[in-house]
Amino acid sequence: MIWAVALALATVIAAGTYLALSRDLLRCLIGLALVGNGINLLVFSSGRLLSQMPPFVAAGAQQLAVAANPVPQALVLTAIVISFIFLCFSLVLAVRLLQLAGSADTAQLRAAEPAAVDAVKPALEEAA
Amino acid sequence: MLVLTPLLVPLATALLCLLVPPGWQQRVSLAGALLLLLCALALASQVVGNGPLTVVAGGWPLPFGIEFAADRLSAALVLIAALMLNVVLLWQVGGSADAAPAAATLQPLLHGLVAGAGAAFVTADLFNLYVWFELTLICALGLLALGGGLRQLDATLKYFVLNVVGTLLLLAAVALLYAATGQLNFRALGAATAQLPASIALPLLTLLSLAFLIKAAAFPFFAWLPASYHSLPAPVLALFSALLAKIGIYALIRCLSDVFHPAPDLLFNVLGWIAVLSMISGALGAAYHWDLRRILAFHSISQIGYILLAIALASPAGDAAAILFMLHHSLVKAALILTAALIFHACGHYDLRRIGGLYAGRPWLSLVFLLLALSLVGIPPSSGFWSKFLVVRQSLVQGEYLWAAAALGVGAVTLYSMLKIWLEAFWKPHPDESWQAPARHRLLPAHAALGGLVVLILSFGLLPESLIAYVMAAADSLRGRS
Repeated sequence: MIWAVALALATVIAAGTYLALSRDLLRCLIGLALVGNGINLLVFSSGRLLSQMPPFVAAGAQQLAVAANPVPQALVLTAIVISFIFLCFSLVLAVRLLQLAGSADTAQLRAAEPAAVDAVKPALEEAA
Repeated sequence: MLVLTPLLVPLATALLCLLVPPGWQQRVSLAGALLLLLCALALASQVVGNGPLTVVAGGWPLPFGIEFAADRLSAALVLIAALMLNVVLLWQVGGSADAAPAAATLQPLLHGLVAGAGAAFVTADLFNLYVWFELTLICALGLLALGGGLRQLDATLKYFVLNVVGTLLLLAAVALLYAATGQLNFRALGAATAQLPASIALPLLTLLSLAFLIKAAAFPFFAWLPASYHSLPAPVLALFSALLAKIGIYALIRCLSDVFHPAPDLLFNVLGWIAVLSMISGALGAAYHWDLRRILAFHSISQIGYILLAIALASPAGDAAAILFMLHHSLVKAALILTAALIFHACGHYDLRRIGGLYAGRPWLSLVFLLLALSLVGIPPSSGFWSKFLVVRQSLVQGEYLWAAAALGVGAVTLYSMLKIWLEAFWKPHPDESWQAPARHRLLPAHAALGGLVVLILSFGLLPESLIAYVMAAADSLRGRS
């Protein structure tokens, strides 16, 4: 089970990294969201995954015997909410940028950092 | 309860700002900021008088409950955050000199940012720290996107992408550390990590430090800072440069010098060279630029290099130097940015090629800039001098001659950039001969905010003994806890 999860995790993070390195705006943001989900899976699997037993410590015992640790499952809920917030924010940002800039190519997005025209001095921007 | 006020007061103020009618928003926001400052002062005096304060949520026994703890380091940073929030809100009152647009979300986002920073300074739980990083990040994104223009949104995108990478690495490091030790509470985590074999502990701590270095804008991860900071209005920019990178640095000090003490030597050696490269690349980037805000943003990277160098010395005196430098840099950099906003107000531009003649037109502003610039360079007796003196002296004491030489050399390059601003903005006649400095109406709150900050920086420089004693005690108590 843990090996299947590890394989899934590696695949999702690799695919996300590949997309995030793209110059296309939407691919880049979706890629980051994928990496985020892969890491959420990592948080989830940092407890144990081996059983479906409820996490009760048996009477007289000090440790949880065979059940999965519930703490990472609580942590991952927080992490999922946070990554969902970022996905929503980034998609709205991307739509607005596409409308304003008219291009999804991140190499064309130089509004905040105009390319230098002079060899030794940065571009002179108009009033901020 | 006092320990929780850096989190609760700004969060409550942010919510209240959303609920009250728009006319009341500014008053509520100012009152909340003032209350936060009082709480921060009370917290600092409690910590100095009675030692570190802790509170555990729900009264759970310790490795299980979520702990908040304030020691001298936390209290000092919370105080700086509260102070800067007050300065920025006061500046905003006049609505002049490059103030932020009066959007309904501005005040809640500013308070949210400070809540995230304040909570990150007092938490004693690794996952909790991650959550506060996220709160700060989302509020920072909201503030960056506030203008809504193409420039702002482009800057937001770059800030978002690069910071999210740092955040994801941080979450991965938290998950792996939890998997390896089963602990999240700082004290339990430190004890459990000390039992791990080095082949597991070193990669985990490296991943964690990497995430914090991205947040701290260190070489080579600093690209988000100069790509986005200059698109912000001046008061928000002042708050960003006083707080945001500091949270990453604070987390680095807390983890390397306190929680995971003794951290592997390899980490500190690499950190030292990262610090040297940050100092050099920041200073060179500043030397290239002509826009005041870009020059100051690049200098932040260079100054962050000094702080990282002090951390890399891995000694109590080094940590004390790092903490003093953080306090100095927060105050001086914010004050310089507000000075730049007054220059912008007088001349109508941030680019040095478009402005000039201010020495004749605004003599007091020239004096303020000169004092702050000399403090940033580190000319005695200024706050920058004491901070740099501690860093360089400790490097020499520990035999790190190359690091000390780099720190001194970068000081010369810093002097060059500050001289450039001085010559171009103040001495050179204004390029437009018909230019006249505009009237100063509605600038009183801005002048009061900047004046207060300058008085504080001057007293820091002239009377450093008690502050140096405070940071020495703060650095000593770091290792005392673990």
